[in-house]
Amino acid sequence: MIIAALALIVLAAAPWWAGRADLRLLGEIFLYLSLACLWNLMAGYAGLVSVGQQAFVGFGGYMLFALSIFGGLHPIVAILLAGVLAGLMSVPIAALIFRLKGAYFAIGTWVVAEVFRLTFAQISALGGGSGTSLPVDIVRSLADSRSGREALSYWLALGAAVTVITCVYLFLRSRRGLALTAIRDSEVAANGLGIDIWRTKLEVYVVTSAFTAVIGGLLFLQKLRISPDAAFSVNDWTAFVIFIVVIGGIGTLEGPIIGTILFFLLRETLADFGTIYLMVLGAVAIVVMLKAPKGVWGLVRDRYDLELFPLSYRVNIKPKGD
Amino acid sequence: MIEWINAIVQGILLGGLYALFAAGLSLIFGVMRLVNIAHGDLIILAAYLGLSTTILLGVHPFVALLIVMPAMAGIGYILQRGLLNQTLGSDILPPLLVTFGLSVIVQNALLEGYTADPQKLNAGAVETASIAVGGLSLGVLPLLTFGIAIVVIAGLQWIFYSTALGCGFRAVSDNQDIAQLMGLNKAHIYGLAMALALAVTAIAGILLGVRTSFDPAIGGGRLIFGFEAVIIGGLGNIWGTLAGGVILGVAQTIGAKIDPGWQVLAGHIAFLVVLAVRPNGMFPRVEH
Amino acid sequence: MSDPLLKLSGLDAHYGDFQALFGLDMDIAAGEVIAIIGANGAGKTTLMRSISGLLRNEAAQVTFKGQAIGELRADQVAYAGIALVPEGRQLFPSLSVEENLRLGSTVGRPGPWSLDAVYDLFPILKERRSQASTSLSGGQQQMVAIGRALMSNPELILFDEISLGLAPVIIKSIYDALPSIISGGMTALIVEQDITKALAVSSRVYCLQEGRVSLTGRVEDITRDQITAAYFGVDA
Repeated sequence: MIIAALALIVLAAAPWWAGRADLRLLGEIFLYLSLACLWNLMAGYAGLVSVGQQAFVGFGGYMLFALSIFGGLHPIVAILLAGVLAGLMSVPIAALIFRLKGAYFAIGTWVVAEVFRLTFAQISALGGGSGTSLPVDIVRSLADSRSGREALSYWLALGAAVTVITCVYLFLRSRRGLALTAIRDSEVAANGLGIDIWRTKLEVYVVTSAFTAVIGGLLFLQKLRISPDAAFSVNDWTAFVIFIVVIGGIGTLEGPIIGTILFFLLRETLADFGTIYLMVLGAVAIVVMLKAPKGVWGLVRDRYDLELFPLSYRVNIKPKGD
Repeated sequence: MIEWINAIVQGILLGGLYALFAAGLSLIFGVMRLVNIAHGDLIILAAYLGLSTTILLGVHPFVALLIVMPAMAGIGYILQRGLLNQTLGSDILPPLLVTFGLSVIVQNALLEGYTADPQKLNAGAVETASIAVGGLSLGVLPLLTFGIAIVVIAGLQWIFYSTALGCGFRAVSDNQDIAQLMGLNKAHIYGLAMALALAVTAIAGILLGVRTSFDPAIGGGRLIFGFEAVIIGGLGNIWGTLAGGVILGVAQTIGAKIDPGWQVLAGHIAFLVVLAVRPNGMFPRVEH
Repeated sequence: MSDPLLKLSGLDAHYGDFQALFGLDMDIAAGEVIAIIGANGAGKTTLMRSISGLLRNEAAQVTFKGQAIGELRADQVAYAGIALVPEGRQLFPSLSVEENLRLGSTVGRPGPWSLDAVYDLFPILKERRSQASTSLSGGQQQMVAIGRALMSNPELILFDEISLGLAPVIIKSIYDALPSIISGGMTALIVEQDITKALAVSSRVYCLQEGRVSLTGRVEDITRDQITAAYFGVDA
């Protein structure tokens, strides 16, 4: 607990001790961490494996641009509103794609993302197929100086990560979260207990989509430029996130954290190798899924019986009295 | 008016290609409940194998099929027994995530080996030849593709319902434990199913490569088209998959007629509409 | 017993962490008909699954014709000459009656049983040969399941609760036909809840109780009280 608080203080002070490039990297790490936690909540806990979360990442990014450019809203307000809008949109989407199960659901989410991509590519006001940049005056409205803007960007990213992790943690500890774990373990049994599976999954889907859109807005606030291919990239927003969660440990809260750290370590050392790097990532994910399905954290936890976030329940069997 | 009819006919013929994309997916799901996310990338792999074969041996792409089909079948068998059999079971995550990883690997391996430059298979005169029917001019290649799709699907039906192998497929799909009691080695049967599916994929890949240019990144899109054809048509019905492909193709060509940039989007919308009003597809035999 | 056909030596069977059989020993000679009785959960079906290869064990724990088969897969055990009529029939819904039967002959061992022979035994199946197997009545499905097992011409045939869910009249007709079914030197293990029926066709009996053999002996040597005690685990 104390270590976490100290770490948080150190991280919050980063704009003062980290260089520009490092600050950007840290911000990126926190945003990826958030995406990973959210995907993990959906897939690892609610059993909704989506390969289409890029739909909401891109949506959030585009809403930031649209609402601030055409709506005159402050970028941060635009981003938060994007989250709300994404949450609203995800309801009819869920009504459609929840009819699909398992891997078909996954591909369904991909189709939805493609619809988003193709639709936004048609909107010429937002740059059509080649995209657009955030106008200078809007950028300036964030903060007066460039270092001010970068610090703000960073703090937003850090704040997002902390918020996401906290919210997910609290959710999992709540009754709803317990319901989710019950569903994950056995849908039939959960149904028998009166848990409304459909509704619980819907809630997770809506909340995850909303948060993902906010993260998307923050990501493109950092990048200052958006295009359909970048906004809705399967590689950037889904493949990497999936690899992070799988390698870190799916279905645990610590997994995405470990996974993000490992992923960025790998990226900083290997990224020059482009395609080989991606192939290695894919191969590692496959091996982990087959040999150590609980991921790196699963291995660590089983070996050392550790838990950073107290989330599991231990059954104590008392010996029968004589 | 005639232009609209032409668009519809082109869409029907396009549906043949999409049905070929979908047939392999449908087969695998039917036999082992596996959805292979790398399926689209394997279609592209077949196209590239066709490319290399035509270059190395100097043969026509259709002749190259004689090499690519067995090659893909072999790859399918090894892939299934070496990797995918381990993912089968009641948990949905392993097959999904493993085939997703496989998709990334195949795409990037192709990128590494062939670069991102678009390629095309050259089939000579058949690409531009056309036949006049009614007031329409129908391309020989699309007609051929549609005809091949019908033959392939009929062939798969025949295998499934009239051969011992097909009996084995159905038995293993019904109840893999009891099928083993009959002396069927399910690991081997699954391997054969994947080999067959990838042999069909080889045909799809070569026809795709002759029809349009391809590059390593388009696999995902082909998977989606195949998947949409399966869902529109209805699970468990392979002729339904042909119908699904046709519906998808027609939706796309009509969309393209309205605005060329809308082709793929129109297909997606048709898919979503079917999902909304007929969630089990148009001609389902099996519930999801 | 000189060289038993089937020998179980200290058979332990597990489902994950749960142990269902504890050190089972059994000797079955060729040509014998053995009844296996016991309450629900005693381990009878686990025993059948272990012998047939659906549940894999240590190699030496199950020996068939001198060969250690405990580790073999079910399809390999089928080729060795063991057939199972599974609990609940478990026909293939996607296959017709005839396809179900034909599948049984995949193993291709020589012997008296062929499609025609099965149709002679159960003429009603010939009438319904093209129908979907699951559209038949319970009794007819049981005939298909038995026929399917016979088609492989096994040396050892395992019947797992063939009377389950069937009307008494059907059960009677099946058990009346049983001696002729397993004539010709076939060895049979009959798992049954209906003790009377099972003992009527068997020469020896094993009673299982909570994963262990609680009683064994020749049918004529064992009393009703002994069976009751062994069945329920009550001290006689």
